[in-house]
Amino acid sequence: MIPEAAIWAIFLLPLGTFALIGLIIRPLLNRFSLLSGLTLIASLGVALGFSVWTLRSVILGHDLDLETYQWLEIGSAKIQLGLLIDQLTAIMLVVVTGVSLLVQIYSLGYMKGDPGFSRYFAYMALFTAAMLGVVMSTNIIQLYAFWELVGVSSYLLIGFWHERPAAAAAAKKAFIITRIGDVGFLIAILYLFVRADDFAAAGLNAFHIPDIWQAAQPVAIGGVGILGGAALTWFTLGIFSGAAGKSGQFPLHPWLPDAMEGPTPVSALIHAATMVAAGVFLVARFYPVIQQSGDTMSIIALIGAFTAVMAATMGLVMNDIKRVMAYSTVSQLGYMMAALGVGAYSAAMFHLFTHASFKALLFLGAGSVNHATGTFDMRYMGGLVRHMKVTYVLMVIGGLSLMGIIPLAGFWSKDEILAGSWYSSGLVDGWVNRATFIMLLIGIVLTAFYTFRMLHMTFHGEFRGGIDQELADQAEDEREELEEQGEQGSGMAPADAAPVSAHGGVHLAESPVIMLFPMMVLGVAAIISGYLANPQWDEEIGIPRHWISEFLLHGLENTVPVLAGNVEIHGFSRSLATFSTVGAAIGIILAAGLYLGRRQTWERDPLELGGKVHSLLANKYYVDALYEGVVVRSAFYRLMVGAVDWLDRNIVDGVVDTLGWFFRNIGSMIGRVQTGQVQSYGGVVVFGILLIILGFLLS
Amino acid sequence: MSAHDLYVISPYLGVAGAALLVILLDLVVPKKGLLPIIAFLGLAAPLALSLIQAFDLDDSLNLVQGSGLLSNGESSILLGSLSVDRFAMFFNFLVLAAAGLVIMASTDYVRQMDRYQGEYYGLILFSATGMMLLAAATELITIYIAIELTTMPLVALAAFMNSAKSSEAGMKFFIVGAISSALMLYGMALIYGFTGTTLLSEISASVGNASGDIPFGNYALLVGLVLLLVGFGFKISSVPFQMWVPDVYEGGPTPVIAFLSVASKAAAFAILLRVFFSGFFDVSLDWAGLMAALAAASMIIGNLVAIGQSNIRRLFGYSSIAHAGYILVGVAAGVKATGAGSSLPEFLSVGPDSVLFYLGAYTAANLTAFFAIIAIGNRIGSDRIEDYAGVARRSPVLAAVLALALAALIGVPPTSIFIGKLYIFTAAINADLAWLAIVGVISSVVSAYYYVRIIRVMFLQSSETGERISAPPASWAALGIAGASMLFIGIAPGFVLDLSKIAVGPLTP
Repeated sequence: MIPEAAIWAIFLLPLGTFALIGLIIRPLLNRFSLLSGLTLIASLGVALGFSVWTLRSVILGHDLDLETYQWLEIGSAKIQLGLLIDQLTAIMLVVVTGVSLLVQIYSLGYMKGDPGFSRYFAYMALFTAAMLGVVMSTNIIQLYAFWELVGVSSYLLIGFWHERPAAAAAAKKAFIITRIGDVGFLIAILYLFVRADDFAAAGLNAFHIPDIWQAAQPVAIGGVGILGGAALTWFTLGIFSGAAGKSGQFPLHPWLPDAMEGPTPVSALIHAATMVAAGVFLVARFYPVIQQSGDTMSIIALIGAFTAVMAATMGLVMNDIKRVMAYSTVSQLGYMMAALGVGAYSAAMFHLFTHASFKALLFLGAGSVNHATGTFDMRYMGGLVRHMKVTYVLMVIGGLSLMGIIPLAGFWSKDEILAGSWYSSGLVDGWVNRATFIMLLIGIVLTAFYTFRMLHMTFHGEFRGGIDQELADQAEDEREELEEQGEQGSGMAPADAAPVSAHGGVHLAESPVIMLFPMMVLGVAAIISGYLANPQWDEEIGIPRHWISEFLLHGLENTVPVLAGNVEIHGFSRSLATFSTVGAAIGIILAAGLYLGRRQTWERDPLELGGKVHSLLANKYYVDALYEGVVVRSAFYRLMVGAVDWLDRNIVDGVVDTLGWFFRNIGSMIGRVQTGQVQSYGGVVVFGILLIILGFLLS
Repeated sequence: MSAHDLYVISPYLGVAGAALLVILLDLVVPKKGLLPIIAFLGLAAPLALSLIQAFDLDDSLNLVQGSGLLSNGESSILLGSLSVDRFAMFFNFLVLAAAGLVIMASTDYVRQMDRYQGEYYGLILFSATGMMLLAAATELITIYIAIELTTMPLVALAAFMNSAKSSEAGMKFFIVGAISSALMLYGMALIYGFTGTTLLSEISASVGNASGDIPFGNYALLVGLVLLLVGFGFKISSVPFQMWVPDVYEGGPTPVIAFLSVASKAAAFAILLRVFFSGFFDVSLDWAGLMAALAAASMIIGNLVAIGQSNIRRLFGYSSIAHAGYILVGVAAGVKATGAGSSLPEFLSVGPDSVLFYLGAYTAANLTAFFAIIAIGNRIGSDRIEDYAGVARRSPVLAAVLALALAALIGVPPTSIFIGKLYIFTAAINADLAWLAIVGVISSVVSAYYYVRIIRVMFLQSSETGERISAPPASWAALGIAGASMLFIGIAPGFVLDLSKIAVGPLTP
């Protein structure tokens, strides 16, 4: 059995690494900045070990004796901090530490030579620690604190290259939009404060998550029934609103593609295992509560399914490889949310698990491509298969897994989601099931299409010049604009265009081994993890059938016994699998027909023949414009921007620098009392005595 | 006064005698180089006497109570003003060791003076006498005399150099010392007025009767104890009685400062423990909170202000304040309420235990650091940290030893102070003072910032001259012994750990 200290260590190791890098390595040993990366990798390695140990303990059904620590007592509201380790947490711990570890190894190569090397790893450590904190919290306030810390640290990471205006703007956008979602979450928490007395009367703690589960079970089935009716629906919608913000669900999705401005490994971490998964995790964490409200479940299912389709359509027309994948992430998160909404709890978490492997792989692959070409614009790529065979093979594996091609990981999990929405669980109305199923099926066709297009544009055909050509074209465009404005007289080249990437210059070659190795590990996971974690048929390899589903559902049933029967595992359905495979095939065939065999230069995408539809998609359904137009002008937004601007100036320069500055200055401030005047020394002594006596009299 | 009484106080007489001997010989001996040797050898007699007494103590906790060698079974005419027990013995050895090492390390320094060389050594020995007496004192007047005997020679020593800075340091030390000893005397008067006695054992009995909602049961006792603490706080350099520290550390002769920073602090902690645990234990829940607050304030202020210092001796002044804070944590950790809401205190020996161990570890590490600073400072003629650039190249051994001592002061495992801190913070957690332990750990981390800066300057920056830094053999010997004890305590802490466990026995109420 794993001791509690080891579980705490999973969280404290990256946090300690953050402190170590921030307080010691960066201020004192910045010459050896490599040290910060290695320290983080080492501590995550240990954390991964402990996570696996935790998972093993949970699998073996050990009774983990976890303590809670009284933190605050406000009236009848007691806030106790502690760990909540159940099946869901155990799986998430492994996913988060595992993906984070691989991303850090990759970052050693990708961030090499960046002046902010140490700062990068400090933020990464903080980010990972915050995410682990979210996963392990047993108290909703504790969870919320880490939830916000995830927001802050992702802000720091997205805006990592803060000298670039686009990055700073994207960071702000992410911070603000997720904050809009968090308002709902916060209101839900405040509601718990209001009901704290009722909880206490029933012997429960209003902030203890397992107690909240109990409180939501209706009296009819032997529960406590403190939360119920419309209040329960609003409470659960509040939680979902927080989750939707973090997971980029419609209409809170626009921040997610912009978040691509951060370094690529950050995108991989944010999009695969941490920040966006936090939203799905939150819904899963409160699943025993949410599933008591049919309305909330229907809303989650429909919004999820709609997001899945809408994001996929936008992915069709993007030319930036990371943006294609960003929309793909939004779309896949929609699948997970939809699955949660229709009652396929274990399918959603299973998809989160497989998605973490293949999406991290695709992002790291995009980083590898960028390493070679210097750009993210697929119109300036092409033909890379000749120079980067390993990356190509791995990207194809990731892509096929994303499309859901048998027997890759994505196939199994996507298939479970489809089965979950096809068979009614009785938690939502039949029409919700059908609508969800149809939308998800459409999503599969679109996913196959944009994935094929992405791989084809990037790797096939002729090489189209990379960053050099892109900069030349930009200069050309600007010159033309200047000429149109009648300013030929100057004849000067425009000022240097802002660098598009930290890795300027084209050097077509395979990435270094340190970058390829984590990709290979993820590639293997993207092939086998789906089947190994959740075998559909036999027990030949020693893993029980439907292992991960059974495991997760078992955890759910343990917490609230009354739930059993509502959520069940659906066996593998050959007809549904055929459906989804045919859908993917249609997408591939459409894309192949459109793009293959064409000696085109990508000056014009064939999809542009769609005219108005294309521009609608390319403009992201004008949702961004709506945000800019409506929200931006409101005073609320301006206030937020003001606050974030302040944060930007004072914090982006490095939380660490601020801390150092603080300590230096507070020290010299106290030192100023040290005037050298001996009478003031005597004064301090007398003043100290008076203060002590006063303290005693007041206490 | 019986033979037994003389035997009991013989170590103190021995040190004082050595002091007089050095001063007298100074008048007749033409070769001043002999003086430190005489002073050093003069310590042999009290050391031997202390050792005899220590073995004599095996069957008794207190020599004065008519037991041990030369005893005739009668009670002492010392009237209980001293308690020569294991606790006092621990500090005897600590002070004697520190005094011996400081005398060795001073030779190079004192040789440059044209006169008063004998007085220099004499004053150090007189001060050591006061410190040893302080650790054994169990009566308020004796405590006062011992404190004055400790402070006055140090004041003279601080002003010993022929420079304005040194005179200023001595003057400030004197004035602030006078203020605090006046306040302390007033506090003692109040305590006497309340209890009608100056003996700690009798004070303990009458304090035990006090009860009520008022802190310490009585306002006179409250003010009296706080004022008493002023005198002790001044000696241990705790906030808010620490103002003199940076100036004196910057201005005084470095060997004197080294002595001041370890021996004087240790003796003051000895009397602090003795008075508060054996005299005022019944109201300990009240003063433990105060100790904890002073500890937190000292750790925070000492460490934060140290960050901005550019003079290495000033920096060590603040560092010494911070370490006083860590040690106070152990004092506060000696007490715990017997139960929730209970006003009955419970004695936790692990608290005073950890204080004694920490004092031993700190003495070794701080003396090592100071001896290295003396050797380096004498050659580069500067106390500025930036002038330590390139020291690693000019004298790799000195730089390495100083770096090791600094690492110990940070509390990096496996050095002596790491174990001391571990011990003290564990004691704090045992006594339900987890918050204090957290403050301590965080401020330790902050302290790494300024200690490591010195290491960085020495090793990573280069200087213009590559001239070797050398030191006379006596300095090397002192440095070697201090450094070896520092490593010994770090690697094999069991020896000092056992000694301090035995030594706190007499404190048990």
